[in-house]
Amino acid sequence: MSGPNTAFDPKQVASLGADEVMAMVEQACAAVDAATSLADLKQARLAHAGDRSPLALANREIGALPPAAKADAGKRIGEARQQVREAVERRQAELEAERDAQVLREEAVDVTLPVDRHPLGARHPLTTLMERICDVFIAMGYDIAEGPQVEAEWVNFDALNVPPDHPARTMQDTFYVEAPDSGVVLRTQTSPIQIRAMLERSLPIYVIAPGRVFRTDDLDATHTPVFHQVEGLAVDEHLTMADLKGTLDHFAQEMFGPGIVTRLRPSYFPFTEPSAELDVQCFVCRGSSVGDPRRPCRTCGSEGWIEWGGCGMVNPRVLRAVGIDPERYRGFAFGMGVERTLMFRNGVTDMRDMVEGDIRFTRAFGLEG
Amino acid sequence: MRAPVSWLRELVDLPAQEGGRAIAERLIRAGLEVESVERLGEGVQGTLVIGRVEQVEELTEFKKPIRWCQVDVGPAHGGVRGIICGARNFLAGDLVAVALPGTVLPGDFRIAARQTYGRTSDGMICSERELGLGDDHDGIIVLPPGTAKPGDDAAGIVGVGDEVLDIAVTPDRGYALSMRGLARELAIAYGVEFIDLGLALPDLPAPAEDGVPAQCGSDDLQACSLFTLRTITGFDPGAPTPAWMRRRLVACGMRPVSLAVDVTNYVMLELGQPLHAFDLDKLQGPVRAARAKAGDTLQTLDHVERALDADDLVIRDDRGSIGLAGTMGGLETEIDEGTTSIALEAAWFAPDVVARMSRRHRLSSEASRRFERGVDRALAPYASARAAALLLELGGGRYLGMTAVEAPRRPHVISMTGQLPAQVAGMEISQDRTEELLAAIGCDIALADAGLLVTPPTWRPDLSDPADLVEEVIRLVGYDRLPSTLPTAAMGHGQTLGQRMRRRIGMVLAARGAHEVLTYPFVGDAELDALRVDPADARRPRVRLANPLSDEQPYLRASLLPGLLAALRRNIGRGSDAGCLFEIGSVVQGQLGPPVGRPAVDARPTAGEWAGIEALLPGQPNMLAAVMCGDREPAGWWGPARSYDWSDAVAVADAVADAAGLQVAREPDEDPSFHPGRCARLLIAGMPVGVAGELHPRVTEALGLPARTCAAEIDLDTVTALAPEVRSAPQVSTHPVAKEDVAVVVSEMVPVASVEAALREGAGPLLESVRLFDVYRGPQVPQGHRSLAFALRFRASDRTLDAAETASAREAAVALAGQRCGAVLRGL
Repeated sequence: MSGPNTAFDPKQVASLGADEVMAMVEQACAAVDAATSLADLKQARLAHAGDRSPLALANREIGALPPAAKADAGKRIGEARQQVREAVERRQAELEAERDAQVLREEAVDVTLPVDRHPLGARHPLTTLMERICDVFIAMGYDIAEGPQVEAEWVNFDALNVPPDHPARTMQDTFYVEAPDSGVVLRTQTSPIQIRAMLERSLPIYVIAPGRVFRTDDLDATHTPVFHQVEGLAVDEHLTMADLKGTLDHFAQEMFGPGIVTRLRPSYFPFTEPSAELDVQCFVCRGSSVGDPRRPCRTCGSEGWIEWGGCGMVNPRVLRAVGIDPERYRGFAFGMGVERTLMFRNGVTDMRDMVEGDIRFTRAFGLEG
Repeated sequence: MRAPVSWLRELVDLPAQEGGRAIAERLIRAGLEVESVERLGEGVQGTLVIGRVEQVEELTEFKKPIRWCQVDVGPAHGGVRGIICGARNFLAGDLVAVALPGTVLPGDFRIAARQTYGRTSDGMICSERELGLGDDHDGIIVLPPGTAKPGDDAAGIVGVGDEVLDIAVTPDRGYALSMRGLARELAIAYGVEFIDLGLALPDLPAPAEDGVPAQCGSDDLQACSLFTLRTITGFDPGAPTPAWMRRRLVACGMRPVSLAVDVTNYVMLELGQPLHAFDLDKLQGPVRAARAKAGDTLQTLDHVERALDADDLVIRDDRGSIGLAGTMGGLETEIDEGTTSIALEAAWFAPDVVARMSRRHRLSSEASRRFERGVDRALAPYASARAAALLLELGGGRYLGMTAVEAPRRPHVISMTGQLPAQVAGMEISQDRTEELLAAIGCDIALADAGLLVTPPTWRPDLSDPADLVEEVIRLVGYDRLPSTLPTAAMGHGQTLGQRMRRRIGMVLAARGAHEVLTYPFVGDAELDALRVDPADARRPRVRLANPLSDEQPYLRASLLPGLLAALRRNIGRGSDAGCLFEIGSVVQGQLGPPVGRPAVDARPTAGEWAGIEALLPGQPNMLAAVMCGDREPAGWWGPARSYDWSDAVAVADAVADAAGLQVAREPDEDPSFHPGRCARLLIAGMPVGVAGELHPRVTEALGLPARTCAAEIDLDTVTALAPEVRSAPQVSTHPVAKEDVAVVVSEMVPVASVEAALREGAGPLLESVRLFDVYRGPQVPQGHRSLAFALRFRASDRTLDAAETASAREAAVALAGQRCGAVLRGL
């Protein structure tokens, strides 16, 4: 416990004078501001704010002042030391920021350097297009159906109402599996999947069936002996051709954009009756190029419509062949070539690009074309 | 089928202003596929007039005979003009087509008055070819006197400006292979009257009484249900085919031959009934349809000697086969330039019989195309009467009458409710409208309690079921009138596990830098030999095509690798130096099952029949394969490149297993396609699912691939079958982890997987993970051994582990590794 401060020096200490204090502060601030590095600043801090700095020494003198002067001098010295501390802190912050900036500047990289250390691969656009189509139908409640590529003739032809000597069999050039009359072919269409779906699933049936099919064409810019189709089949009570049309319209919009519609033209397929060719409105010109030679459309050849596939109501003979009562159930079916769709949708000009497996072609489509 | 619009106009009263394109649109709307509309005489510009040859002067002083003609082209065009002409097929008084000076003919050939052969030729007398109407350049176009007058516009008369529709006829619409059938469709489309020439017997003279018509018969009334033979004698073999008929034949794409042949072709085009004219004098005895005798031969009109099959239907006389019924006539009884007696055959042959024959002999003719699609069962006598009348009119002669045989015809009656078309279409179509449209296509309709009893016309054999009638009604109402509605589909199930797996694996591999390809499934012995695939191996294909595209590749792939490696080589050949390709697809394994009969199609196949069909087909599992070579990571500013190696092939398997929620184990494999020391058999739950590793150096050499090319192939169906549908959640402890590293010295003979498994088992339940982080071989390790450094992580689910617990678990791990694998702890 300290006693009353009576042992003071009645003489005023010069160093505690206001002018002297101000001079010390100025000196200190000048030294601090002059510091150009953190090391310099440390020196300046020790010299002007350390235990042996003039201000610290002056501070010690306060105790020797007469009580009346103590408060005054104490306040003055306190403020002075505070000023110097702040100067040091400010300079410290400045110099640290400078140092950091310097280091990070030295660590700078060229952000335009190539970063292809782990290049991405890609999926085949036919695969992703088939998936996209399937997804449209899954959203409508359809399931994906599949079937074998090496298929029984009965499934590929007979059950689809194509009897052995029917001209429709020669419409498609079929690969036959040895031995002769083996009754086995490479499926010429995805329609046999319809037969399998109807034999294996319970009614009602709504399926979408993508798959590989085969015809004895030579490979050129517009033909390939191995290609892909997507087939849709619905069998239910009360289905109508208007339902077929509505389903295709929805599908066309999902694939090609809002407002795109389809057109049906009467045609012939053994497994549908009535049958129709399916055209989709040109999604590029929407028909505006028709009859306007100044604005030709490459996508549709200025026809306004693009041939897309075939469709129709499932022939009751096909229903009978799989044991479905055509008096009670009706079906509709449709199918289209995936290569052809990719060609006009994505602007592929040569069929060979899709079969040769050149990664420069595939790469352009990424993970989903 | 090519159809000139002018001919159609003759048969049906089309609106005068309607052009070929508009007519084509109507036909397309009705279901006939019009592939093109061609304009005849395209390129003719300017005046083409009818001229009458007034006078012909033969100029003989030149190398070839030249005629100096005075031609009257009418007062409006300058009256009589002098024109030089090299053709000789006309006489004074004939009408010809004259191109006046200023006219431009196809090929930008401008006509001008010019000096030639010492005269000023003031125009040109034109041939068909010069006008772009056909290929005939033998002579000029000659019109019979009196059919036009000088100065008339000749363009329309000779066919310039006529349009020809080219129509692809689908197999169900045989009737559309005739002007008659097309005209009927147009009459319905335009709502105008149609007069059917096919049901009208033309006037024929009464048969001459002093002659006997040739006799005919049918030994097979199923295959040939109607056979007629009309006989004409005293026919003028030199009589020309009139220009109008030639023009139509040419416009339809047929070559004029001789009057008798041209008339049969003309009537076929007009009515749809194929006809055949025999030279009666070359026939020996009666003519009849019969099955061929196997071993017989016949030389057909195309000069091909054909070996006949017992299933062939032929036309015979006493000598044997003289024609392939409904397909092509024989050379021996052919009409020739001296033929004066004609036996004209018109018959009905069964579509399937002709189709088989046409396919067997690879012989498709105008006749076979029509019989295959079904010819009007009642038409033969009408069409042959029409042809006989034309022959008599144009070639003269005496008509001796007709002989015929016919099986009884049983009309096919279809019962249908009047509402069916509306129900199927999903729009309003009244019963009256249905009846009206069915009547328009030629059906007879009777009303019964159950609805309509519809008898299709004889020219529509394709109409056999109610659905066929429904299509007729809806197409005639117009498919463009169909509303657009959506059915309420049943509840779907989304993708199956296998479908999801294939997508996921495709995504994973592509994200890892692999490119998907879709290769052809055809393979041959050469590439399988190059792959060193053992004859007994499952990758050696067993299923072969009867008609492969290439004899080099007759098999169906049993493995994806040959196709993928070919695609890899193609990429390298095109300048790519690195890459990983993958394919997901089915392969064919095993062989065909025992042959089975084909079930009938009027009912569901029995379980046994269906099982037989399923057993007939070979196994077709879904596989995944990947091949890779070159740099996995390219060299760059970050450092050197890293090449693909065996471990990348194995990593494909890990990615696939991970996508399935499974783990794959490996053991050394000795697959002959692979490097014997760098090949892993892949196992999931103990089941072999594939192979991965570096290809055998001899394989890469034989296939022209870079050394160290790697590959993997995995049976996705097996992986899918093992994959859990639902994965179980782990217990994630929030207590701290304790890390311990151990290094053990183990013989080179002991696989890392065994050491790791022993450590894992020995460490017990506190072990969270174990990972090999270093392999060391060197002086501090005995010969034939290496040091394996593992990082062990321990954690408890309920507490913080203390040092003693961790140490004892680590010791237990090392102890079991020592016991199982001879592993000795090495100080780290």
